[in-house]
Amino acid sequence: MINTNDILETIRMIQDENLDIRTITMGISLLDCCDSDIHKSCDKIYEKITRRAQKLVQTGEDIAAEYGIPIINKRISVTPIAMVLAVSGGDPVEYAKTLERASRAVGVNFIGGYSALVHKGFAAGDRALIESIPEALAVTDHVCSSVNIGSTKSGINMDAVRLMGRQVVEAARLTADRQCIGAAKLVVFCNAPEDNPFMAGAFHGPGEPDCVINVGVSGPGVVRAALKKAGDCDLTEVANIIKRTAFKITRMGQLVGTEASRRLDVPFGIVDLSLAPTPEIGDSVAYILEAMGLEKCGAHGTTAALALLNDAVKKGGVMASSHVGGLSGAFIPVTEDAGMIAASRCGALRIEKLEAMTAVCSVGLDMIVVPGDTPPEVISAIIADEAAIGMVNSKTTAVRLIPAIGKKEGEELDFGGLLGFGPVMALNPNSPARFIARGGRIPAPLQSLKN
Amino acid sequence: MRAVITVVGKDRVGILAKVSSICAACNANVNDVTQSVMQDMFAMIMMVDISRISCDFKEIQVKMNQLGEEMGLQIHVMHEDIFNSMHRI
Repeated sequence: MINTNDILETIRMIQDENLDIRTITMGISLLDCCDSDIHKSCDKIYEKITRRAQKLVQTGEDIAAEYGIPIINKRISVTPIAMVLAVSGGDPVEYAKTLERASRAVGVNFIGGYSALVHKGFAAGDRALIESIPEALAVTDHVCSSVNIGSTKSGINMDAVRLMGRQVVEAARLTADRQCIGAAKLVVFCNAPEDNPFMAGAFHGPGEPDCVINVGVSGPGVVRAALKKAGDCDLTEVANIIKRTAFKITRMGQLVGTEASRRLDVPFGIVDLSLAPTPEIGDSVAYILEAMGLEKCGAHGTTAALALLNDAVKKGGVMASSHVGGLSGAFIPVTEDAGMIAASRCGALRIEKLEAMTAVCSVGLDMIVVPGDTPPEVISAIIADEAAIGMVNSKTTAVRLIPAIGKKEGEELDFGGLLGFGPVMALNPNSPARFIARGGRIPAPLQSLKN
Repeated sequence: MRAVITVVGKDRVGILAKVSSICAACNANVNDVTQSVMQDMFAMIMMVDISRISCDFKEIQVKMNQLGEEMGLQIHVMHEDIFNSMHRI
């Protein structure tokens, strides 16, 4: 018989410490849906998504009930639409509407893949898709968009960076009446992973199989509770506690992933070893850092604490799963994390510190509300900085900023649900306009020459 | 296939009897039971074989939840694999 304490520990983790499976994401390739007629292409896409994902939501709910573990999101990622658009031409927004219809038909929370990969340059379809992103995000609710503008291998496409600065502002402007939600569904990546199950950056990479199940786990509350229980131990012990906890969390993700893949008859892809927070009190990555001994997240020492956390999560998780992928690491989305919201409200956490933190954790400047009158070139420059960190350190970095149209520093946006809420954060007022206007490509760093 | 039923709450007469009678009604064979009462708190863990149950697994969960509400207890019915995968290598 299983140990009584183990059973009670699992139940406590789920019930009191917000342990959950954050998402089961089905990746679906749309390469076989390409048609030179955009209407035919859309019909094929709708048919394939609704056929493949027909049972996704029900299966997720069945597994959640049977194992007693909440599965918060069921999502779909698809082949970057720019690739499909390259064949069909036409108005890209048609694809966004088709994805929206398909996501509603199968009942998923989000569908990602309104994306373009332009890290080295624009191919057919890419520019048109990027131009259409703000409108596509304004006329749909469930569609998420991402653009990869740089990589360690190829450098940074600064023309794309310049363009994305404008598109982020435009996405916010077109949804100004809805808390600028458009920009919250748009991520700009450097080194984007092809198997990421998390939104808004999920897309189904061209190297992926026809259909695949990827799982993202979550459990900041569990890690924090374990650290609190341990009291004043040294940091070696802190790392060990995090590793042990991450192992258990990930085993659960592996179980749910393999079970979902068996029931849906779709190959199992990866577990994303993630600590994904929610705005719920107690489900916060910032509170883990504070439990390690920082007065507030953002204090000096935050980067070191986050580096330890991120590394221990990976070390614990990697042993627990047969295939690890996606973003894998601790997330620091400001508006989605109760501790980050509190720290930014009181001024302890600023964008400069967040930028430093992104050098040692899994993603980047995520869900940060910035002043509504921020010039596009400043957004572009933030994207460039973040991409440079990713490029040089051979890691994924991303930017998801929400310009709060009509709002200034100190005011707040509230997206509701998992996307949370947060205050407008101050940015550096000096202009990078001339740097951004240059365009061109930042060459790939020496680190790219590994062969 | 086995499930783990956990019952936590204030101790009172008939908890074990009522939980096991639901198991019996669904043809779920009880393999093992551990229970303890500390001060007033009752905690029971029951391992049941659900491979030959006469109803849907969800139906057992619903019945247990109802019983939990009636008696003011927290009752969870979960597939044993969740515990095996988390705590055993």
